[in-house]
Amino acid sequence: MTNMKSPVKSEGRSKVSRRSALKGLGAVAGVAASSALMPGYMRYAQAQTSEPFRIGFQVHSTGIGASYGRWYDQTTKAAVKLINEAGGIAGRPVEIITEDDGTDPKRGGEVIEKFASQHKVDAVFGTLFSHVVIGSAPRAGELKMPYFVVSEGHHVASGGLNRYVFQPGITDVKSQVISLAPWISGNLGKKVTMIFPDFAFGHDHRDYFSAALAAQGGSISALIPIPPTESSFTKYFPQIPADTEVLYHVMVGPGVLTFVKELGEFFGSKRPQIFGFIDSLEAVDIASPGLEFLDGTYFWEAFPRYAGAKQTSFDKFYRSAVGVDDKGASLADPKDISTYSHMFGCWETLYVIKQAIETSGYQSPADKAKLIEAVESMTGFAEGNEHPQGEKTFVGKIHQAFGHQFISKVENGGLTVVHQTSIEDGLYEPEADYTTQSL
Amino acid sequence: MTGGKVQAMAKSSAGRVAVLHVGLIALMFLLQFVLPQYHHTNLARIMVLACYAIGYNLLLGYTGLLSLGHAMFFAVGLYATGLGVAQFGLDPLSGFLAGPLAGCALAVIVGLVALRTSGVAFMIVTLMFSQTGFLLILYFGDFTRGDEGFVVAEGLRRLAIGGMTIDLAAPAVRYNLALALFGACLFVSWAVLRSSIGRVFVAIRENEERTRLLGYDTWRYKLLALALSGTMSGAAGGAYALLFAYVGATFASIQYSIYPLLWVLLGGAGTTLGPFLGTLLMFYLIDIASGLLPGYLIVVGAVLILLTLWFPKGIVGSLRARWLTWLP
Amino acid sequence: MSFGPHLLLALLEGSVSAFVLALTALGLALVFGVMRIVNVAHGEFFMLGAVLAAALAGLFDLPPAIGFALALLLSPILVGAIALVADRLILRRLAYEPEATIVATIGLLFILQQSVLSLYGPDARSVAAPIDFRIQFPWFGYSGYKLIVAALAGVLLMAVWYGLKKTKLGLVMRATQLDSEMAQAFGIPVQRVYALVFALGAMLAGVAGVLIVPIRQAHYLMGLDPLLLSFAVVIIGGLGSLRGALMAAFIIGLSDGVISVFFSPTLAKILATLAVALVLVFKPAGLFGGRAQ
Repeated sequence: MTNMKSPVKSEGRSKVSRRSALKGLGAVAGVAASSALMPGYMRYAQAQTSEPFRIGFQVHSTGIGASYGRWYDQTTKAAVKLINEAGGIAGRPVEIITEDDGTDPKRGGEVIEKFASQHKVDAVFGTLFSHVVIGSAPRAGELKMPYFVVSEGHHVASGGLNRYVFQPGITDVKSQVISLAPWISGNLGKKVTMIFPDFAFGHDHRDYFSAALAAQGGSISALIPIPPTESSFTKYFPQIPADTEVLYHVMVGPGVLTFVKELGEFFGSKRPQIFGFIDSLEAVDIASPGLEFLDGTYFWEAFPRYAGAKQTSFDKFYRSAVGVDDKGASLADPKDISTYSHMFGCWETLYVIKQAIETSGYQSPADKAKLIEAVESMTGFAEGNEHPQGEKTFVGKIHQAFGHQFISKVENGGLTVVHQTSIEDGLYEPEADYTTQSL
Repeated sequence: MTGGKVQAMAKSSAGRVAVLHVGLIALMFLLQFVLPQYHHTNLARIMVLACYAIGYNLLLGYTGLLSLGHAMFFAVGLYATGLGVAQFGLDPLSGFLAGPLAGCALAVIVGLVALRTSGVAFMIVTLMFSQTGFLLILYFGDFTRGDEGFVVAEGLRRLAIGGMTIDLAAPAVRYNLALALFGACLFVSWAVLRSSIGRVFVAIRENEERTRLLGYDTWRYKLLALALSGTMSGAAGGAYALLFAYVGATFASIQYSIYPLLWVLLGGAGTTLGPFLGTLLMFYLIDIASGLLPGYLIVVGAVLILLTLWFPKGIVGSLRARWLTWLP
Repeated sequence: MSFGPHLLLALLEGSVSAFVLALTALGLALVFGVMRIVNVAHGEFFMLGAVLAAALAGLFDLPPAIGFALALLLSPILVGAIALVADRLILRRLAYEPEATIVATIGLLFILQQSVLSLYGPDARSVAAPIDFRIQFPWFGYSGYKLIVAALAGVLLMAVWYGLKKTKLGLVMRATQLDSEMAQAFGIPVQRVYALVFALGAMLAGVAGVLIVPIRQAHYLMGLDPLLLSFAVVIIGGLGSLRGALMAAFIIGLSDGVISVFFSPTLAKILATLAVALVLVFKPAGLFGGRAQ
C-alpha cells in the first residue's frame, strides 16, 4: 500500500459526509427540499459571493481504467490546490466533486445526470476512455452541461458529439498519428503491422494511421484487434507477417505489462522495428524484469516521462506540484509509475476552464452559453506553468486542442526524446463546426 | 380449509389488495409533483427497472424457476427498440412494441431448449445463454456498437399523436410513461396470480411432481411463464431505450442478470409489490454506498448473503408471513 | 507465420492454460462432487491467490525465487482460511441447499472482489518469475517459466490424485461423495469433511492463481474468466467425475488455443459458452443428476 492512498481516502471522507447529508435530505425529506425557500436558491440570488465554483470530476476509480483514474485524481488535486492558493477563479474558490464511473459507458451517463441534477455543478471534466465518453457525452448535451473530456479520442473533433463537449487539454489520436507517420515510415519502415484494442480508441488508431501511412507511401501488413479485456496475448503474435518492418502497438487495460513481456518472449532479439504508444506502458516501469527487449524500440509520448536535458522550468514545477520525480515515478514510492503522458490533460483542462470563466464573466449555470462561447473563441495556449506539456493551438470550431508530440527511444533503462513534432505536423482540416449548432 | 371459507376470505382481502395497488400507483403519480429533479429521474428509472423485476418474479416467485440469464431478455428488448428506432427508422411506438415482442420470441426459443433442465442446471444453462448473447453483441460490434453503445438521439424520441408532438425526453412525459408501464406490469402480474394459470404456476413451484400427476402439462405452463417473463423484461428494455436513450452491452452482462434476482429477493419473491420495493431500496442503497466506498458492490454482496441467511422471504414476503397474510 | 509453427505455438499456449485450468477446475469439481453445491465465488479464490501472492512478494525486497516460494506457500493457506470462514459463516448455515448456496456465493463473489478493490487497489501488479529464461524455437521464442508452470501444475494434480485415491482422508472424502448419509452413519464427520473439501477446492484455485501471477498480472477483476472456464470444464466433464474434469480441462484448454488460430477469440468464446449450455441440456447424465429432477 503506497502512501498515496491516505490523502485520497481522507479527502473522500470529508466530502462524503457533506454529500451524504445532502443526500439524506433529498431522499427522506423530498417535499421540503423542493420548496422554493431552499437555502441554495437564495444563495444564487446574490451576486459575487465567495460561493465556490463546483466542478464535477468524472473519474475511472474502478474498472479497466482505474490505473489512469488514480493519477488523474492526483493531478487534479494538485492543480486545484494551486488554483485555490492563488486566489481561485475570479476570486472564488474551486470545489471538485468526484464521481466514479467505473469505466462503464452506462454508468458514465448516469454520473453526468447526477452532476447536473443533484450536485448541480458548473461543468464536468475528466473522462478518459473513449467508449465512456461516447456513452456520457450525449447525456451532457441533453442536460446542457459543459463537458471537458481528457480522452485523446477523435470523437470530439469529428463533430459526432455535441456543442457542450470540449477537449482543450489533450491532443487527439488523429492528430497524433498524422504527425508521427512521416517519421515512422521515414526512419523505421514502410510495412506496418498494427496491434490495437478492439474498441473506439483502437479503431481511431487503426483508421487514421492506416490512412496517414498510405499517404507516406507505406502499407499495412496486418491489423490485429484485441478484445480490451484480454489477459494473454501470445496467441495473437503468429498473425504478424514475417516481412513486417514495423510493429505498431497501443494497448490499454490491466494486461499491458503482460502484453509487452509476451511480445519480448515471442520475438527475442530477432524482431522488427517496434513503435509503441506509451499507453502500452503507462503506470508500468520500463525497468521491469522481462522488458529488456524493449531496448532500442520507440515510443510515442505526449509528455516525456523521463526529464531529459531539455527539461523546461514548467515541467519541473509541474512534477513537484503533482508529486512525481524525474523518472515519472511517485515521490512517495519509486515503484509507482505515473501515467505521465495523459494526466497532464487534467491540469491543463482545469486551467482552460479557469481562463474561460474569467474571460467570459461566467457566474452561475445560467451563464453557460457565455462559457461555451468563451472557450470556442480561444485560439491557443502558451507554454507555461498552466500548460507545462507545451504550447497549444485550439480550434474552436471542433472544440479540440493541438500540440507537440514526442518520439522517444528506450535506452539505458529509460526513455530519451529523439524527435519532437511541430503543431503543424498534426493539424488537419476541421471536419465539422459545432459553433453553428444551437445551445 | 373449505372452498367456501377460502372464497369468503378472498373476497374481503381482494378489496384491500385492490386499494393497496391502486394506492401505490396513485402515490407514485402524486410524487412527481414534489420530487426534486434528481429523484424524479431516479424514480422514473426505478419504475422501468421494476417492470424488469416484476417479469423476473413471474418466473422465480410464482413458478419457482431461478434464471441467472435474464439480462438477455432485457437486452434483446433494449436493442430491438434501440436499433429499431436509431437504425431502421421505426417510430417510437412501433419501436417500443419491438421490445416485448423480441423478449417473448427469445424467451420461447430459449425455453424450448432450457426447460428440459431444472434447478441448478437451469441456472447454469440460462447463465450460459445470456453470456452468449452478451458475446454476440460484442462480436457484431460494427452493427450494435459493442460495449461502447449508442445513444438514441433526442430527435428520434418524439411521439407524434394527432397534431401534437410529445418529447419523450421531457421529464414529465418520461415519468408518466414509466408509471404507465409499471402500472400495467403490476396489474398483469396481479391478474396472472389470481387467474387459474397463476394457480398452476404456484402449484408447480410448490410441487411440480404432484401438479403433473394431477394432469397438468407442467412443461407447457413453465414455457408460458418464461414467455410472459421474457415479454415483460423485453418491454422494460424497450422502454429503457426510449426513455433513457442509452443502449449498450453493459445491460447484457452478468451483472444485469444478478440485479433482478437481488431486487426480487430483497422485496420478496412471490409477492406483487416485492419487486418494486426491492428495486427502489437497492437503487438507493447502491447510490448511497457508492458515495462512501469505492467497492460499493460489497453492499450488494452483503445484502444477498443476509437475504439468503435470514430473510429468504424478503421484505414483503416476511410481512406477509408474519402479519399481513392477505398481501398478494 | 506458417501453419505448422502457428499450431505449435497454439498447442504450447493451450497446454499451459490447460494445466492451470485443470488445477482450478479440479477445485470446483471437488466441491461439486462431494458437497453437491455450485460455488460461484470460485473464480475469486483464484484471484485471491494471485493478489495475495503479489502482495506478499512485494512486501519484502526478496530475490524473485524466494519471494515466489514464499507466496506459493502462504497464499494458498490464506485462501483456504478465507474459504473455511465462508463455509462456517454462510454455507453451513444454509445446510448446503443448492439454490440458496448459489445466491449466497454470488454475494460472496461481490464481497471478495470489492474487498480486494478497496484494500489492494484497482491497479494490476505483477511478480517476477522465480526463474526467467527463454526457449528459442526456430520461428519464435517462448517463456521457459510458462513450461515450468505447466510442470508444477501437473505435479500438483498428481499429488491431489494420489491423495484422493491412496490416503485415508481421500477415502473419507470419496465415501462422503458417494453417500453422505451412509458416511455419517459410519461415524464420518460430514460437516468437517465438507469444510475441508471447500477449503481444499479454494486452495487449488488459489495455487493456480499464484502460479499464473508471474505470467499475467494480479488484478481484482481477474476471477471471472477462470470461473466461466471452470464451469465449462466441470459441466462438460461431468459432475463427480474428477477424471472427466481433467479430460475436459485439456480439451477446452487446448482447443481454445487452437480455435483462436482460425477464429476470432470472441467467436471462440461464443462457441465454448454455447457448447456448455447444450451439453447441460442434452447430456445431463451425471450432471446434477439427483437434485435437478
